[in-house]
Amino acid sequence: MPTVIEVTDLRKSYGGRAVVDGVSLAVEEGEIFGILGPNGAGKTTTVECVEGLRAPDGGRVRVTGLDPVADHEKVSRVLGAQLQQSELPPKLTVREALELYASFYPDPLDRAPLAERLGLAGKLATRFGKLSGGQRQRLFIALALIGNPRVVVLDELTTGLDPRARRDTWELIEDVRDRGVTVLLVTHFMEEAQRLCDRIAVIDKGRVAALDTPAGLIRRSAGATVISFTPSAPVADHDLTALPDLASVERKDGRITLSGTDETVNAVITLLARHRITAHQLRVVDATLDDAFLDLTKEEAA
Amino acid sequence: MNTAVLRTEFRLFCREPGAVFWVFLFPTLLLVILGSIPSFREADTSLGGLRPVDAYVPVAVLIALIMAGVQTLPQALTGHRERGVLRRMRLTPVRPSALLSAQMVVQGTVALGSALLALLVGRLAFGVPLPRQPGGYLLALLLAAAAALALGSVVSALSRTTKIAGAIGSAVFFPMMFCAGVWIPVREMPHAMARVVQSTPFGAAARALDQAAAGHWPGWEQLGVLAAWTILLTAGAARWFRWE
Ligand SMILES: Nc1ncnc2c1ncn2[C@@H]1O[C@H](COP(=O)(O)OP(=O)(O)OP(=O)(O)O)[C@@H](O)[C@H]1O
Ligand SMILES: [Mg+2]
Repeated sequence: MPTVIEVTDLRKSYGGRAVVDGVSLAVEEGEIFGILGPNGAGKTTTVECVEGLRAPDGGRVRVTGLDPVADHEKVSRVLGAQLQQSELPPKLTVREALELYASFYPDPLDRAPLAERLGLAGKLATRFGKLSGGQRQRLFIALALIGNPRVVVLDELTTGLDPRARRDTWELIEDVRDRGVTVLLVTHFMEEAQRLCDRIAVIDKGRVAALDTPAGLIRRSAGATVISFTPSAPVADHDLTALPDLASVERKDGRITLSGTDETVNAVITLLARHRITAHQLRVVDATLDDAFLDLTKEEAA
Repeated sequence: MNTAVLRTEFRLFCREPGAVFWVFLFPTLLLVILGSIPSFREADTSLGGLRPVDAYVPVAVLIALIMAGVQTLPQALTGHRERGVLRRMRLTPVRPSALLSAQMVVQGTVALGSALLALLVGRLAFGVPLPRQPGGYLLALLLAAAAALALGSVVSALSRTTKIAGAIGSAVFFPMMFCAGVWIPVREMPHAMARVVQSTPFGAAARALDQAAAGHWPGWEQLGVLAAWTILLTAGAARWFRWE
């Protein structure tokens, strides 16, 4: 698989503070690559360097082998993007915006089906200033896709969308990917990342904290398996803390919640059996991407 | 020049009733109001035998340029920048400068249309003769339009928000109107004041239009002042203008 987006040791500072501090990642053709990270982690800065809107202070960025700053015009023909924050003239209608942006590209998508899929078909005559937040978001997704790009960068794809629109948008993005388009996606929604992304980079404080498949991230994080139960008799603390691979223990209202690995599960079962304790309402669940994310980006205790 | 961008900017201009009124209708309306005052239709010796309404046609023409240049152009450009429209455009194969030039063409065209309207209404309603030196008049008009648009771009370049653009625009507006001769025709100003006023773009334009209206080729001095301002302001705008 050829690499479509290549970011090597990217650096960007504002006012002497490194906002992006050595980010490297490679996005392969036809994959959906996710970027997760806390607010202010440098996600937008990173993807805007990929779009050529910001010039890196250091490192290298290539999109289909081209430099997005030096070869901006060539890159703009193959890359479509939705910005985290943007507006259109308030008196421009949805139809006019779609027509205008379609006219910029040599081989644009058909406007009608795109508007239909994004639920904009009934809003074509509405002016931008009169659209709701979610409708604006849908219009910007349409504008990102209208040029029939090879690469799409979506910064907070479904922020502001209602649950149905969010699912419809996911399907749309999957269809886009199935046509061979490469997608770089910044998101705060774990469900979205888990469903859409082939691989995910977690960015924290301007650095890549982890880069893996969604399943890999969960497996790698401490506490990938969560065990909870209400014991029929008290369980001693030292017995619990001695469990192998234990990541955390929590007691609440007589209920014990442990996180760890499969090893931990086995050891808990043995422990309870040895003390003849019955575990009421025993639940063993795999941790979610949410848990993995929180684990990867937790503040180091000072 | 991107025609789709041009068409869009023209549409957007037409959807601003304020812009349409002040640039396209107001100058002629002012001419009609002043021309309806009987004393404005009597020859005045201090104007070299012209009637005040004759002298006000070039003023109306310049008001159209000033309105477009320092009011509506900076508002539109700064608004586009403030909303991130210029930035969004940088993601497309069309450069944001296409938006800048489209705005210039739209504002320039509407202002020149407004000038034409003032000339026609002056001619039909008040018998003001059309310029006797049409070539010179057109040249002075185009140079004045270029200077006005360049001034507007500088205002927009220096304004981070539409509010600031509005404030700078208003601050520049009244001196420009004065120079164009709205209150005292340039030819009637005391000598020292006239010299200063004629070194400003609209003072020079007012004088050049007067000359061409009377059948003379506009003075090279006035045309030179207009050209110099246009070059200077364009250079300033190019230097200071930011896309985001
Ligand atoms: N143009 C700028 N000038 C100064 N500082 C900036 C600029 N852009 C971003 N920053 C700073 O860089 C840091 C990272 O910003 P960035 O927008 O990349 O974060 P993010 O990961 O996208 O966050 P969010 O999830 O909130 O969108 C922030 O602390 C922000 O204040
Ligand atoms: Mg962001």
